[in-house]
Amino acid sequence: MTTATFGKKIARIEDPALVRGRGRFVDDIHMDGMLHAVFVRSQHAHARILSIDADLARSLEGVRAVLTAKDIAPFLAKERIVVALPDKNYLQHHDRFVLTPDEVTYVGEAIAVVVADSPYLAEDAASLVVVNYEPLPIAADCRTALLPGANLTHSNSTSNLIAECSSSYGEVDAAFANAPHVFKASFEQQRGVAHSIECRGCVARLDEVDDQITLWSSTQTPLIGARLLAELLGRDDTAVRVVAPDVGGGFGPKLVFYPEEAATAIAAIMLRRPVKWIEDRREHFVATTQERDGLWDAEIAVGHDGRILGVRGTLIHDHGAYTARGLTVPQSSLAALTLAYVVPAYHMDCKVVMTNKVPVTPIRGAGQPQGVFVMERLLDIAARELGIDRAEIRMRNLVPASAMPYKKGFVTRGGIGIELDSGDYPACMQDALRLSDWEGFPERKRQARTRGKYIGIGVANFVEATGRGPFEQVSVRVAPNGLIYVATGAAAMGQGTKTMLAQVVAHLLGGAMERVIVSTGDSSKVSMGFGGFNSRQTVMAGSSAHVAAVKVRQKILKTAAHLLETGEDDLEISGEFVHVKGVPDLKLSLAQIAKSSTGNPGYRLPGNLQPGIEATETVVIDAMTYANGSAVVEVEVDAETAEVRVARVFFVHDAGTVINPAIVDGQIHGGIAHGIGNTLYEWMAFSEDAQPLTTNLADYLLMTSTEMPKIILAHRESPSPLNPLGVKGVGEAGVIPMSAAIVSAIEDALSDFDVRLHCVPVKPSELSELIENASRLAR
Amino acid sequence: MLEYPVHARINGKPVDAMVDCRTTLADFLRHDLRLTGTHVGCEHGVCGACTVLVDGQSARSCLMLAVQASNHEITTVEGLAGPEDTLHVLQQAFIDEHGLQCGFCTPGMLTTLVELLNTNPDPSDEDVRIGISGNLCRCTGYESIVAAALNAAKRLREERTA
Repeated sequence: MTTATFGKKIARIEDPALVRGRGRFVDDIHMDGMLHAVFVRSQHAHARILSIDADLARSLEGVRAVLTAKDIAPFLAKERIVVALPDKNYLQHHDRFVLTPDEVTYVGEAIAVVVADSPYLAEDAASLVVVNYEPLPIAADCRTALLPGANLTHSNSTSNLIAECSSSYGEVDAAFANAPHVFKASFEQQRGVAHSIECRGCVARLDEVDDQITLWSSTQTPLIGARLLAELLGRDDTAVRVVAPDVGGGFGPKLVFYPEEAATAIAAIMLRRPVKWIEDRREHFVATTQERDGLWDAEIAVGHDGRILGVRGTLIHDHGAYTARGLTVPQSSLAALTLAYVVPAYHMDCKVVMTNKVPVTPIRGAGQPQGVFVMERLLDIAARELGIDRAEIRMRNLVPASAMPYKKGFVTRGGIGIELDSGDYPACMQDALRLSDWEGFPERKRQARTRGKYIGIGVANFVEATGRGPFEQVSVRVAPNGLIYVATGAAAMGQGTKTMLAQVVAHLLGGAMERVIVSTGDSSKVSMGFGGFNSRQTVMAGSSAHVAAVKVRQKILKTAAHLLETGEDDLEISGEFVHVKGVPDLKLSLAQIAKSSTGNPGYRLPGNLQPGIEATETVVIDAMTYANGSAVVEVEVDAETAEVRVARVFFVHDAGTVINPAIVDGQIHGGIAHGIGNTLYEWMAFSEDAQPLTTNLADYLLMTSTEMPKIILAHRESPSPLNPLGVKGVGEAGVIPMSAAIVSAIEDALSDFDVRLHCVPVKPSELSELIENASRLAR
Repeated sequence: MLEYPVHARINGKPVDAMVDCRTTLADFLRHDLRLTGTHVGCEHGVCGACTVLVDGQSARSCLMLAVQASNHEITTVEGLAGPEDTLHVLQQAFIDEHGLQCGFCTPGMLTTLVELLNTNPDPSDEDVRIGISGNLCRCTGYESIVAAALNAAKRLREERTA
């Protein structure tokens, strides 16, 4: 390693353009002759389409087309968008349409697309498309959708049960039969929306010379999108290119390939003009996938000393109306639940239920916050009932450092064994307790009570499954101009992926960040890949980039050694030059080396090496690497208004080796904010007939700067043995323990009222009722 | 659609154009003038991504019609850098403090903070938080944005006394 760009707070290469307003987000793309698409969407949660009358809309000047399912059918090789993550646990299949022909199953489902000269005109015309519906019975709620005689989400199915899955190991029934203590509770989590500040959107253009369709889309998974689009259109995969330009935040839902992306591409093919579609915020509320309605019945068996003997229960998970991704969310909930602790026996059954709501797919955390919430709540209950301090019961049960690597008794959805690869979870929690002065809190609480204030503290631990395999391809090339080009299908959505890759590569190739040009998320630049989700890219793309850079480094040094007639070991790369150690003037530029390696007809290549200073690597890592962390949260609750203020968050995190500490801190800060929002402010409300009720940002509240608590972050670094960099993912960490820790802290603050909380978000009205009931009982 | 004239100064340059009366200022800037630095996040005045300065005061360009810009001085994020493209102190502070991730809310944050630091050169942490409480960011948790604003305020004060 010659020059250190690794492990340092380095300014991001993305930033100079972004702070100048010179980013290239999808809506910044302009093309000559470009048309604009607006979708006509279902206003019913469940209805049969009787007719669509678009004559008036088509008659407006400047309207180029109004397309329905019938119009686009000749351009589709498949009727539906086949789910990206098929799963053997599906009992029935309900893939999405591009435009739905007969039966709509959620409010917001796309029925037709209007294409016009301007977006204003397209909006006008869309409002003139008359759809006649016959309303059908609505399955509005996963709580009742499994009951006998429940309304059906799809009229051609016989049940709303779309899948069943479970996680299980050990002798759970025996553990419960012999347990001295068993504690049982029900928990509930409700829907939320991801809300990247940039909504979705795409631009499609048909290149008639090459017969290639290109889709620029605000997506986290351009390579998966290219594959799905090629299948859908019946095109060779080289005739479809999907590119993610600058993406204004992802947070999960943009990992899904959407009907609008396909419809926009088809419109561009049909009209032979570029077509742009930009989602508005209201559409984001009704047509972008959401997450996390779940109902749990769970119980924990513990010994007299608070040691866990087993956990079991059931989960009902709301899937929404279609399969838009797979079963990732409930599977991750089940998997995450026990990870941080020694749980000798575990069995959790999950029923995945369809409802007439927008489909459910991962949002930051992807089911893991829900599993962690249940585990941490069960531990709080056990601690209370056994009279053990909440931190103490966790210390007794956390997987000890001495047990690492620690094999869990079950496997991932892909059948790969779950083995916690590194970390010292008890020390991590101890750090958080120490920072927060956990031991001194009861005295602070007592003093606050004398001032009429209700303050409380809570703690939660988590282990996050990161670095989902099997690979992410990266190529590294030194071009004849001396610049270093890095390309990958990994997709950037704000998390500094380009900077991360540049740091990994520059570290080995001269240390000049500004000489590294990174291309992310372009299906034409690499042969295969996936994209950004599951906190995976630093692990997967970072590893491939590292190995590719090692090979390129060797090639540079071998070539230079030949040209300079010296030994490779006598050379070093510094900036744009390779020079003899201690003799800076005896040097060659990377440009000279790269040029020499491109060869001349009839002449030998330098050193008889293979041509080109480049390497493409596809490092395969099947096992996931497990990051961990502990959060201590202090809250203050106004017992009159039930307003909860998160005062301080102490967050200690271990994501293995850190490449850029500023980026890691930023990921955790953002995750913490997201977790607080999910717990206290964000609630996607639906009416009894599944009409979305919170469809603007004045009704659905996102965290603002004034709700943020004081955050005290600390890191531990337990390198992962599973990849050459020792890194683990960090993108979702912040959000995972927040609901559990905040709710624990609220209960603690309101211990005078003996309030018990089992549901997130914590709504002020419900909390107020609990406080009032307790006060009434006390009187 | 009726077209109306707009005569405004945008980032210091005179602009004369005809626009549909219903064209928002945001769309006019972005799509007519190709000043795409101003971003549109919600189109109902909540997220603040589209914030521009109108005669030095922050305004939501999604809630303002282009025709209303007539006879006003508009500054967008593209107008913040100095001559020869030198970054505004706030822009540099955002880079230094990792005050942005995806960068979508950034232009609105920058324009909002330009106004704040013009009116309050020595803001407290709380002043900054209140100042940007009308701008949503989903990436950063605001911590690094507040740090960047305080850092920029300090640098600006030092520049003034130097």
